[in-house]
Amino acid sequence: MIALHLLTGLCVLAGLVFFAAGTLGLLRLPDPLTRLHALAKADNIGLGLIALGVLPQLVASGAVLAAAKVVAIWLLLQLSSGAVAQLLAEVAFRDSETGADDPDGAAAEAGEP
Amino acid sequence: MSLAFDALLCLLALLAALRAVAAGEGFSRVAAFMAYGLILGLVWVRLAAVDVALTEVAVGSGVTGLVLLRAVARDDAPAPLAAGLAYRLLAGVVALLVFAGLAAVVLLLPEPAPSLAPEVARHLPATDLGNPITAVLIVFRALDTLLETVVLLLALIGVWALSPDRTWAGRPAVLLPAPWSGALEFLARLVVPVGVLVGLYMFWAGADVPGGAFQGGAVLAAMALMAIAAGLLPRPVLARRRLRALLLAGPFGFLLVGVLGWVFADAFLAYPPGVEKAVIILVEAAITLSIAVTLALLVLGPPVAEETE
Amino acid sequence: MSAETLFGLAAAALCAIGIYGLMVGRGALARLIAFNLLGGGVFVLFGVVARRGAGAGFGGDPVPQALVITGIVVAFSATALGAALVERLAQLRAKGGAPSEEPEADT
Repeated sequence: MIALHLLTGLCVLAGLVFFAAGTLGLLRLPDPLTRLHALAKADNIGLGLIALGVLPQLVASGAVLAAAKVVAIWLLLQLSSGAVAQLLAEVAFRDSETGADDPDGAAAEAGEP
Repeated sequence: MSLAFDALLCLLALLAALRAVAAGEGFSRVAAFMAYGLILGLVWVRLAAVDVALTEVAVGSGVTGLVLLRAVARDDAPAPLAAGLAYRLLAGVVALLVFAGLAAVVLLLPEPAPSLAPEVARHLPATDLGNPITAVLIVFRALDTLLETVVLLLALIGVWALSPDRTWAGRPAVLLPAPWSGALEFLARLVVPVGVLVGLYMFWAGADVPGGAFQGGAVLAAMALMAIAAGLLPRPVLARRRLRALLLAGPFGFLLVGVLGWVFADAFLAYPPGVEKAVIILVEAAITLSIAVTLALLVLGPPVAEETE
Repeated sequence: MSAETLFGLAAAALCAIGIYGLMVGRGALARLIAFNLLGGGVFVLFGVVARRGAGAGFGGDPVPQALVITGIVVAFSATALGAALVERLAQLRAKGGAPSEEPEADT
């Protein structure tokens, strides 16, 4: 039982580290594409680790259906965060293309806070 | 420990709210508002109201945010000049007074808190429902819910009425420009079937666990919108009879059951004894369908002339 | 301080922010957002009252909770109508059919 709690604690903590890093990247990185990259990583691995940490607790307490729901949530989020990152990147890329007369292409994002 | 978490949630909600009223682009203000809705969803979980949390996240943050984003994209009004300093000071004083008044109310709430929970618990077995909130919505306060579905319908009629006569029977405008790659279509093909299942599950499970017509309807609406945005479904022709029948199924089905209550039970909106559960599920199914269609059409907006697309 | 009091005070502050935004908001959309912030605050106040009424095996009084669900949907209806009005004004402005200022008098 101790080992189980230890595993949960470690996984959730590691997941939180990924979320913190992703949030830091969202706040600090210079342009939309790198920010998206940081965010997608946090979503996928951070949530995956937290789900991994919670799963054995749910299974051990007999809530197998709830565990299946957690896995489903993780899979759906994988899918949507990947696809949404792609869509946002397309828009960001198109914006930087239209602002191409600007030498470093950064002016297109200048209006974005 | 949990109080610290609650305090953090409150702080986040306040920061998001401040960001949403702060000066800046319309887009970032709406983004802050949607974040505010998601944080409020967590607050609702902490207040032991999971049904409300689902509604807040789906309708209060999600669907409302979509409508506001659409308006931001289409509204080109130049921002009016900022109000003068004196007026802003006045607004600050009014806001402070509102805060002081409400805070006093919160601090002076009566000590044995009044509650209808025991009443609901006592009458819950008669409804055959396990979720007390669904029981309140569909049985104890059915009139409120009936009128609420009518309000949604009236809002949609109001939105449609803003279009000129010649476009009245047309389709709503395109919500999103077509994306370059097939990412959205890929996502829609995979997620929409799952999402429809989740929406139906939320409606079905709402009888006994958190969920219900509004939450399930909002998820179904989101799936319809995603399919339309990805080009998997055509934008609806608003004059279609079948579409309008779906819109009316909920409010009028509910009303019909209400009137039949005079015949088979003893009052308006009373359910016939013995088959309460079956009638309740029928009513819920009808309003779930109507809510889904109405929410999706409210997000799509008024019909436009085809040539302006 | 209990969690309910904390959330209640935060809700009061959210209402105040909403009122401030409604009064000084620049443009109809800004006020529409502020109206929704105010609504969120009022709903949380209901939630606090509901939570205090926990009993009979429920985590909160289900009656105010159900009223909030109704309220959220009605607030959305009003917001959707308001957003459509803003868009219609923008359309008319583009055609030169409406004054460039917002029709509601700036107080």
